[in-house]
Amino acid sequence: MNKTVNQKAWFLVLPVLILVAFSAVIPLMTVVNYSVQDTFGRNEFFWAGLEWFSDMLDSDRMWDALGRQLIFSGVILAIEIPLGIFVALNMPKNGFWASFCLVLMSLPLLIPWNVVGTIWQIFGRVDIGLLGYTLDKLGITYNYTQDITAAWITVVVMDVWHWTSLVALLAYAGLQSIPDAYYQAAKIDQASRWAVFRYIELPKMAGVLMIAILLRFMDSFMIYTEPFVVTGGGPGNATTFLSIDLVKMAIGQFDLGPAAAFSLMYFLVILLISWVFYTVMVNLDKRDGV
Amino acid sequence: MSLILKNVSKTVGGQTHIHPTDLTLEKGTMNVLLGPTSAGKTSLMRLMAGLDVPNTGHVIWNGEDVTGMRVQDRKVAMVYQQFINYPSMTVYDNIASPMKLVGKSKDEIDRAVRETAELMQLTPMLDRKPLELSGGQQQRCALARALVKNAGLVLLDEPLANLDYKLREELRAEIPRIFERAGSIFVYATTEPEEALLLGGNTATLWEGRVTQFGLTPSVYRRPENATTARVFSDPPMNFLSMTKAGSTLRFDRGEMPAPASMASLKDGEYTAGFRPNHLTLAAQTPGAIGFDAKLNVTEITGSETFIHLDYHGAKWVGLVHGIQHLQPGQPLPVYLDPAHIYLFDANGALVSAAPYAEAA
Amino acid sequence: MAKITLDNLAHSYLPNPGHEDDFALKELNHDWIDGEAYALLGASGCGKSTLLNIISGLLQPSQGRILFNDRDVTHAPTAERNIAQVFQFPVVYDTMTVRDNLAFPLRNRGADASYVAERVQQIAQMIGMEDELNRKARGLTADAKQKISLGRGMVREDVNALLFDEPLTVIDPHMKWELRTQLKSLHHEFGHTMIYVTHDQTEALTFADKVVVMYDGRVVQIGTPQELFERPAHTFVGYFIGSPGMNLFDAQISGNAAQVAGTSINLNKTYAPKGGKTQLGVRPEFIRLNCEGLGLPAKVTRVEDVGRHKIIRLDVAGQPVSAIAEEGATVPSENTAISFDPAGINVYDDDWRISAEGEAA
Repeated sequence: MNKTVNQKAWFLVLPVLILVAFSAVIPLMTVVNYSVQDTFGRNEFFWAGLEWFSDMLDSDRMWDALGRQLIFSGVILAIEIPLGIFVALNMPKNGFWASFCLVLMSLPLLIPWNVVGTIWQIFGRVDIGLLGYTLDKLGITYNYTQDITAAWITVVVMDVWHWTSLVALLAYAGLQSIPDAYYQAAKIDQASRWAVFRYIELPKMAGVLMIAILLRFMDSFMIYTEPFVVTGGGPGNATTFLSIDLVKMAIGQFDLGPAAAFSLMYFLVILLISWVFYTVMVNLDKRDGV
Repeated sequence: MSLILKNVSKTVGGQTHIHPTDLTLEKGTMNVLLGPTSAGKTSLMRLMAGLDVPNTGHVIWNGEDVTGMRVQDRKVAMVYQQFINYPSMTVYDNIASPMKLVGKSKDEIDRAVRETAELMQLTPMLDRKPLELSGGQQQRCALARALVKNAGLVLLDEPLANLDYKLREELRAEIPRIFERAGSIFVYATTEPEEALLLGGNTATLWEGRVTQFGLTPSVYRRPENATTARVFSDPPMNFLSMTKAGSTLRFDRGEMPAPASMASLKDGEYTAGFRPNHLTLAAQTPGAIGFDAKLNVTEITGSETFIHLDYHGAKWVGLVHGIQHLQPGQPLPVYLDPAHIYLFDANGALVSAAPYAEAA
Repeated sequence: MAKITLDNLAHSYLPNPGHEDDFALKELNHDWIDGEAYALLGASGCGKSTLLNIISGLLQPSQGRILFNDRDVTHAPTAERNIAQVFQFPVVYDTMTVRDNLAFPLRNRGADASYVAERVQQIAQMIGMEDELNRKARGLTADAKQKISLGRGMVREDVNALLFDEPLTVIDPHMKWELRTQLKSLHHEFGHTMIYVTHDQTEALTFADKVVVMYDGRVVQIGTPQELFERPAHTFVGYFIGSPGMNLFDAQISGNAAQVAGTSINLNKTYAPKGGKTQLGVRPEFIRLNCEGLGLPAKVTRVEDVGRHKIIRLDVAGQPVSAIAEEGATVPSENTAISFDPAGINVYDDDWRISAEGEAA
């Protein structure tokens, strides 16, 4: 709350502004540039106006990818948030086992994305992977490279394995901030376990849970590496999410114009949804009785 | 050395925290800011310290305008309600820390630390860590750190609020003695009138972001300039009663009394009478004492005194009477008041006549 | 409502307590009479919270039994004991309305909806929150939240006991008055057994019928405020209750006379000390200043004006002594003498009070 006026302070912000300009603003402007032009090679560009944008909006391909993406993010949130809360509720509150659990839980978070993909790719293989082999021996047909359901299940389970810890850790932090008196009061009021969760734990976790939802939504909405490594977007287009589709279009087919228009719209969608989350979060904080 | 606030005000997000305020604090004085929670005590302190910049007005330190100067560049020390010490340092290093920051010599630091520790009765604990100390000792350590800095301005924001009652009582008695020797300007925020009286010095009463009165503590207590000051500086709260002055009598709803001589020159009209709980008695102690047919709600015995909570025809009064009184709650209870203890306030709440006893005191 | 019996109760936080010092709560036998209001008074760490937590069932004692109406509940969980507790910091269910907060303990016990509505209305009126019943608890002030906590404690008519753990800590002084009187009148109205833990003597004495003074894990005296004030059983009680606390003078006692610092003092009663360290305890209220020089020679070191009276700090043979004088009293400037009101003298042998011959113990 230090409000001392010092105009020179603006100079301190300058390096950051320059960095952001190079890392974000200029690349983004390049994309904007591509999205409104067409080229036939030889570095010759023609003004294309909003043609790519209308093309993309008419293309089933993008809508399909968006649909898959929304289903994926929805499923991820529907599993990871409740599961994370459940794990946090059952973690020890203090002592050796609390630290032990915390370390154990943060392990998946430390593994790089592509490694996670590789782990699961091998894990699920019928010939040498523990999971695939076991399922096969149990007589369950499991082949994530051929079967759409199996591919989806693999990708979802992989993400749940990778990221539920994050939700659990955040929820755990929220739970830790609840004073003991609340639990004691609830005992005295003869509140049920459900009531304790509903009226004490959930309200106190609401803030961190919103952050967890926001993070998990943004991350899953932009997911690329893991499904790319495991399924490559297949079988067919079954696990081709937005970013995989985008890369296929831009690098694979070298359709720079449509891909640029695609990325801009992708960017705007994420921005919009994040803004909605943010607004809800801020209002949650401010929400007064009345 | 002096600190002058000139027309200083502060608004945050459209809400006025401090209305324009003028205040002059002199070297070597203890200045108490007395008011209920959110009256603006902390806001005013932050302005004095330079933690906040006022929206209007100037802060003048030793004749120099320091408005907008950073708190780091001013000679200010602050002690908070929470016991704030460096947990990983010993008491010695905690006390030494402000001097190390300004690069004093080792000998000088050592001398000052030991001297201050002696003053604060911390000498046996110099090698311990703050968390191994009791609450009272932790706060002494924080106070020692503020003192050793030799700051011109020391701000204490309810420093005793988190301590046990008895410890608070002991430190309250010690603090004025310690501070008399330091020679800085002390500003001490509290919500308790009794604390202000014990600390002595000057008192500024605060109410809703305004300083309602500033002056010597006993004189603010005995000659409050307005009803707000009287209410803030009275615990239990002051009792009030509407009165009409007609000639040489004061009339109230259910009776009248002769107006004391000091009120003779007042215009006839409507006034509000105020009197403190300890001036209500169970028997007429002076011939002129006036009786009220109150009803007793609750009694509270403190050992040496009894609080009587009264209902006087709808008005809630509190009385504080000597001795242990076993009275039946719910019954009528006549109480008496010597007119010499009545303050008269006009319709705007301004004092028009101080209680004659206070004028004499 | 219930009688609560503590039978050989003791508690240690150590797994294998051996020595008496290992016990946070030393062996204790006591009956809490049905319908009385008790205060547990002591400094932090004296074991009062330990005792409260054992009664509420949040803690299992390491030794002894606790009985509610002669039924052993030592190992019964909190929910089964049918008690209500109000904590130091307000505990409210933020997302519920004030109404739902108050109704919560009743609904959890499957009370009839029309009864709940009626009872909640009644409680809301008591705590003065009828207008805010439909408001969410979130965003209310600490005062209001604590009122809700009090209300939730009060809402069940059939509780065995109401426990308060320093409930007024976060409340402004002016508001404390109001809440405390409310509690007091609620007690009159409903006659619950109440146990109120605090370190604040004023709160304890004004609230309780009987005050239990604890010191170092031990109950040193249980008595009415009057008994604690007039006949402190232990020097700690004399020190802890009253502000300032009781003065102690080392004395040689023979029969009905005491020698203090070379002056003989008539005790009016005959005492037979048991051979330990003998002291006279005299509260500041019972010390008289004699300008004529009769009695113990004393020097005035400081006068504190507390408003309704003055605290006079004296030096008597190198020892600090406090006396209390009336608001308007004139205080001799330096050298004077003090005498004691014989009614206010207590005799101590190794810190425990001894009664005079012929006096009921």
